[in-house]
Amino acid sequence: MDVAKTDFNDLEEAFQAKIDAEKRIEPKEWMPDKYRQTLIRQMSQHAHSEVVGMLPEGNWLTRAPTLKRKAILMAKIQDEGGHGLYLYSATETLGISRDEMFDQLHTGKAKYSTIFNYPTLTWADIGAIGWLVDGAAIVNQIALCRCSYGPYARAMIRICKEESFHQRQGYEIMMTMAQGTKEQREMAQDALNRWWWPTLMMFGPNDTNSANSAQSMKWKIKRQSNDELRQKFIDATVPQAEYLKLRIPDDKLVWNEERGHYDFGDIDWNEFKNVVSGNGLCNRERLKARVDAHDGGKWVRDAALAYAAKKAARKAEAA
Amino acid sequence: MTKDTHDELPLYEVFIRSKNGLDHKHVGSLHASDAEMALTNARDVYTRRGEGVSIWVVKSTDIVASSPEDKGNFYEPSDDKLYRHPTFFNLPDEVGHM
Amino acid sequence: MTNQEMLFEYLLRLGDNSLILGQRLAEWCGHAPILEEDLALTNIGLDLIGQSRMLLSYAGEVEGKGRDEDRLAFHRDTQAWRNLLLLEQPNGDFAKTMARQFFFDVFQYLQYEALSSSKDERVAGIAAKSLKEITYHRRHSSDWVIRLGDGTEESHEKMQTALNELWGFVPEMFDMDAVDEAMVADGIGVDVASLRPAWDAQVNAVLAEATLKRPDVSWSVRGSRDGKHSEHLGYILAEMQFLQHAYPDAKW
Repeated sequence: MDVAKTDFNDLEEAFQAKIDAEKRIEPKEWMPDKYRQTLIRQMSQHAHSEVVGMLPEGNWLTRAPTLKRKAILMAKIQDEGGHGLYLYSATETLGISRDEMFDQLHTGKAKYSTIFNYPTLTWADIGAIGWLVDGAAIVNQIALCRCSYGPYARAMIRICKEESFHQRQGYEIMMTMAQGTKEQREMAQDALNRWWWPTLMMFGPNDTNSANSAQSMKWKIKRQSNDELRQKFIDATVPQAEYLKLRIPDDKLVWNEERGHYDFGDIDWNEFKNVVSGNGLCNRERLKARVDAHDGGKWVRDAALAYAAKKAARKAEAA
Repeated sequence: MTKDTHDELPLYEVFIRSKNGLDHKHVGSLHASDAEMALTNARDVYTRRGEGVSIWVVKSTDIVASSPEDKGNFYEPSDDKLYRHPTFFNLPDEVGHM
Repeated sequence: MTNQEMLFEYLLRLGDNSLILGQRLAEWCGHAPILEEDLALTNIGLDLIGQSRMLLSYAGEVEGKGRDEDRLAFHRDTQAWRNLLLLEQPNGDFAKTMARQFFFDVFQYLQYEALSSSKDERVAGIAAKSLKEITYHRRHSSDWVIRLGDGTEESHEKMQTALNELWGFVPEMFDMDAVDEAMVADGIGVDVASLRPAWDAQVNAVLAEATLKRPDVSWSVRGSRDGKHSEHLGYILAEMQFLQHAYPDAKW
């Protein structure tokens, strides 16, 4: 009998028992390697999405139509940078450095949310991103506040608290435009048309096709399935669209009394795969912007480190 | 898995006192080249909504942490010393609040 | 010019400075050399845009023609703008952005310190509130000038180049014209010319610590007080004002 293997099984059983008892896992504790790897993949992808997500909105920051909107958008994008930072920081507790994560992003090894490969063409897109994309993210993130990994759960709680204004500011932009001129109403409808389906795709593949889901649920990294969360989002969003008198671009969308949920049409997963695999309008620009910021900023970071070293040496000399 | 990261800015842990009278509480970490940058970065990253009146930053590598394996010998010995808790002692009501 | 017109003009200068620099910083969003610095630059940008909103709103009220902050921000063409030439200069690299910021932060600190005892209570209030923000901005940009100056050879060179390229925009900050004189006489404004020695002292101290040379350039430009700007401002405005111009009837 393999002694090492028995030890491992004991450890894994004890680990699962802890999870089943709703206890949180903290950084230095033993965890199965696959648990660690799954978290690193999911959390770094989440962090990358926040940071890449600054770009499509940043695209309108210099063109925001009023000074108030400019200030709000700036605060929102800043939050996203902050959220990326909280998430990188939480992921680093698993033994990977931020530079390694950047490296994975820049070489295409790590992904970010596909939604950010779509362009922001009009000001209404800023409304739609806040309302729909942030709305979907919040549904996801609320579920993650109870994730079994302590640092991730804590980061999510902080993020959810800060993010509640993001969706509201987006909806307010949509409301203003939906009640505005004919052109503004058209812009609002057009934005909803373009962002609706990609937003639904943010929840990931259907449960039946989601390879990693079962294990993640067992480990309580995920607390609700992709389809459950997607349904939750749709149920919450349809009345919001009705209030705006905008039409959700789905002919099959209808309230199902029996289920107590909205039925909706099939998601075009080929489109999703197509964009993920590089055929979105902005894939290359987004990645290039991040690579340029990082590589282009190396001399700045090097200078800061060199200065810190000089200062420390001078201090040591003086002592 | 750790590749050479000598050119990455070091990691600092951030602790924030949310108001006078409360302890500093760990809120997360960030990267900075030195303590001054860590402090100003902490202000921008962790107190955007007026969350703090005082910030501590500590280089992560300077933190000495107990390991999970110490859990038994560090914390369990106090489990049987219930006399450290006030409810251990039964006093008659006549004595009043003590 | 009536006193009221002069106060309006004076407020525009202050408000436009903050807005144009805030707009320039917004261009950095998502592109900073360190993620933490992205947050710092947006914080500073947010402070500046906040200042400009208070100042332009007040300017509109003083003018009394029904122009609010947005009317003033989005419906004035280049020659009606009063921001310093320094602030409309392109971001360039991080060293140039920090040099521009540093020159202005030190100036704005001195200017607002004086303005916080302005006889105009509204101006004094805005200045006092902003001074706290500017104190932080100045610390942030001074830190960076020192780090880059005394960092690596490459960063030293970039920082020195940035200072040299922007030095010719410095004298304009301390110019005084009839409006400035009138505002000083009324106890509302600041004698900016008198701030130069203090500015020099602070800047020299930081440059010395940063092992950088005080630039020695033979040129200087001015004109923003009369609406004479560089070509860059037109592009800033074209971008910033686009939506308001494309859809003049819309409310946002």
